[in-house]
Amino acid sequence: MTQMVPNSTNEIMAKKDTSTGPWRDAWRSFSKNKVALVGAGIVLFFILLAIFGPFLAPQGINEQAIKDHRLLPPSSQFWFGTDDLGRDIFSRVIHGARISLGVGFFSVVGSVVVGSILGIVAGYYGKWIDTIISRIFDIMLAFPSILLAIAVVSVLGPSLRNALIAIAIINIPNFGRLIRSKVLSIKEEEYITSAKAIGMKDLRILFSHILPNSLAPVIVAGTLAIASAIIEAAALGFLGLGAQAPAPEWGKMLADARVVLRNAPWTMVFPGIAIMLTVLGFNLMGDGLRDALDPRMKN
Amino acid sequence: MAEREIILEVKDLQTSFFTDDGVIPSVDHVDFHVKEGEILGIVGESGCGKSVTSLSIMGLVPSPPGKITSGQILFKGKDLTKFSEKEMRKVRGNDVAMIFQEPMTSLNPLFTIGNQLVEAITLHKKDWNKKQAKARAVEMLKLVGLPRAEELMKDYPHQLSGGMRQRVMIAMALVCDPKVLIADEPTTALDVTIQAQILKLMRELNERLKTAVIMITHDLGVVAETCERVVVMYAGKVVEEGTVDTIFRNPQHPYTKGLIASVPDMRHKKQRLYSIPGNVPKPGTIKNGCRFAARCESVFGRCTEENPPLYETSANHKTRCFLYDQKEVEVHDKTAATS
Repeated sequence: MTQMVPNSTNEIMAKKDTSTGPWRDAWRSFSKNKVALVGAGIVLFFILLAIFGPFLAPQGINEQAIKDHRLLPPSSQFWFGTDDLGRDIFSRVIHGARISLGVGFFSVVGSVVVGSILGIVAGYYGKWIDTIISRIFDIMLAFPSILLAIAVVSVLGPSLRNALIAIAIINIPNFGRLIRSKVLSIKEEEYITSAKAIGMKDLRILFSHILPNSLAPVIVAGTLAIASAIIEAAALGFLGLGAQAPAPEWGKMLADARVVLRNAPWTMVFPGIAIMLTVLGFNLMGDGLRDALDPRMKN
Repeated sequence: MAEREIILEVKDLQTSFFTDDGVIPSVDHVDFHVKEGEILGIVGESGCGKSVTSLSIMGLVPSPPGKITSGQILFKGKDLTKFSEKEMRKVRGNDVAMIFQEPMTSLNPLFTIGNQLVEAITLHKKDWNKKQAKARAVEMLKLVGLPRAEELMKDYPHQLSGGMRQRVMIAMALVCDPKVLIADEPTTALDVTIQAQILKLMRELNERLKTAVIMITHDLGVVAETCERVVVMYAGKVVEEGTVDTIFRNPQHPYTKGLIASVPDMRHKKQRLYSIPGNVPKPGTIKNGCRFAARCESVFGRCTEENPPLYETSANHKTRCFLYDQKEVEVHDKTAATS
């Protein structure tokens, strides 16, 4: 075989992959990570469940049949058994995916948006603005998060929407601090000085140079935060402060199952497994993302 | 050659840093000027205020703690220190541009070369459309001697070598035809062969575009190769100023002599390379006397008591050293004999 001498390194890279960029590189290293792919698979499975769940569920979720099939064990008709009101647990778990993922996703999006803005302002402008914002974060982090969530919900009133807001609020300081520290290091980078040296405005530097460069750790932390947000939503549901009956929220299902646990363990096992699997999926995926996006992990 | 006009003049510039240890004047009453199309070298060891001088001109001194405390920076007769931030933004990139030491980190890793060049163009040429800006970017990449300019536009910084990135940085700095280009140690981070290429490129561009260049460096080789005039800085002060020829043939200030003696010379095999004893003093620590006195070989009584002014030893040569005071010129100055 005749050997072709490439003109430059770029040509070599171009042959391997037509579009190389930081994100493309990250995807390549992510797709090599088997465990992370399993996690992503689980997450994808639950996302599909959340989207198409209502079409897949064999039974209605709120159709009670206390007389006919109350607390039936798993069978071919009711795969996961029935609860104390005779509702099909399988259908309810499927419907629950939408609620849990929804709460997890939207609460994290909310805290990322608010946290990023506060963190960027604090990190870039510094001085007294930084002091004020950072101290607020410190105060918020001084409370145990679930306690703070309970406080927020009890002010707003118990409902799924308010639980989502509460979870979003308690996560704000985590993202705020993360972004702030990232901005602090990025604003000292030479490409920021050179952006200033060609006459770029502060705001433009913030949003077109600093923000995109600080996103990688936020994506990682965001993925992991979805997992903990789901747990927090379930915990609030369990305490009766989140989703209200008869919504098929997983945490709420666990709480309802408490009374009949001894006679009908399946009422608790299946929603519990659903929570565990979702959280595990997000955690595995998040770890994989960290390996792929963290520059220190690059070789 | 027709007398060229002075395009940038730094007058009595003092830039201080307000720290917990007190006010530290990093740049202490510095005067120099750049003429149109000229290459001026600013030389000195690390920490003698070269970079702070250049950042002061750009209005980019990190504040707090830094601040221009006195003096003027006149660009075409207008004082840049009086400009508002908004006015300064129009100057940066458009009139005065700057390139930095580390080409590896001077480009945003997340965007393509083309993206960043077009951004730099549209910042100042608001009425240009994307197509014009792109064409200009490609033209600039070709001008700085990069092959396959069109393809390069789609590349990310990590795909380029250090030398290529520095060329991109030069292209980006020159994209709006600035009158003055400040190059802060542009070749320090590059290996020697690439250094030579970049210096050659900068000299060619200077001739072609008539952009004045302030070459900030600690490398006397760079100065000898590129500059017309040199300003030697020490501990925040200008200690010697003159044309490259006079400075290299007849260095007057003991510090300049020391710097030149520290350059390895292949023709003479010396046992050991000369080095100036000691370090640059921390700015602000020396209150009285010449700042170089502690390291100077020709130090005498007066040096530790008074601060020497800048003596004009010939038409194009100034030195801040008591050895060239009128009373002692006859004894020490060799300029008269050689020229």
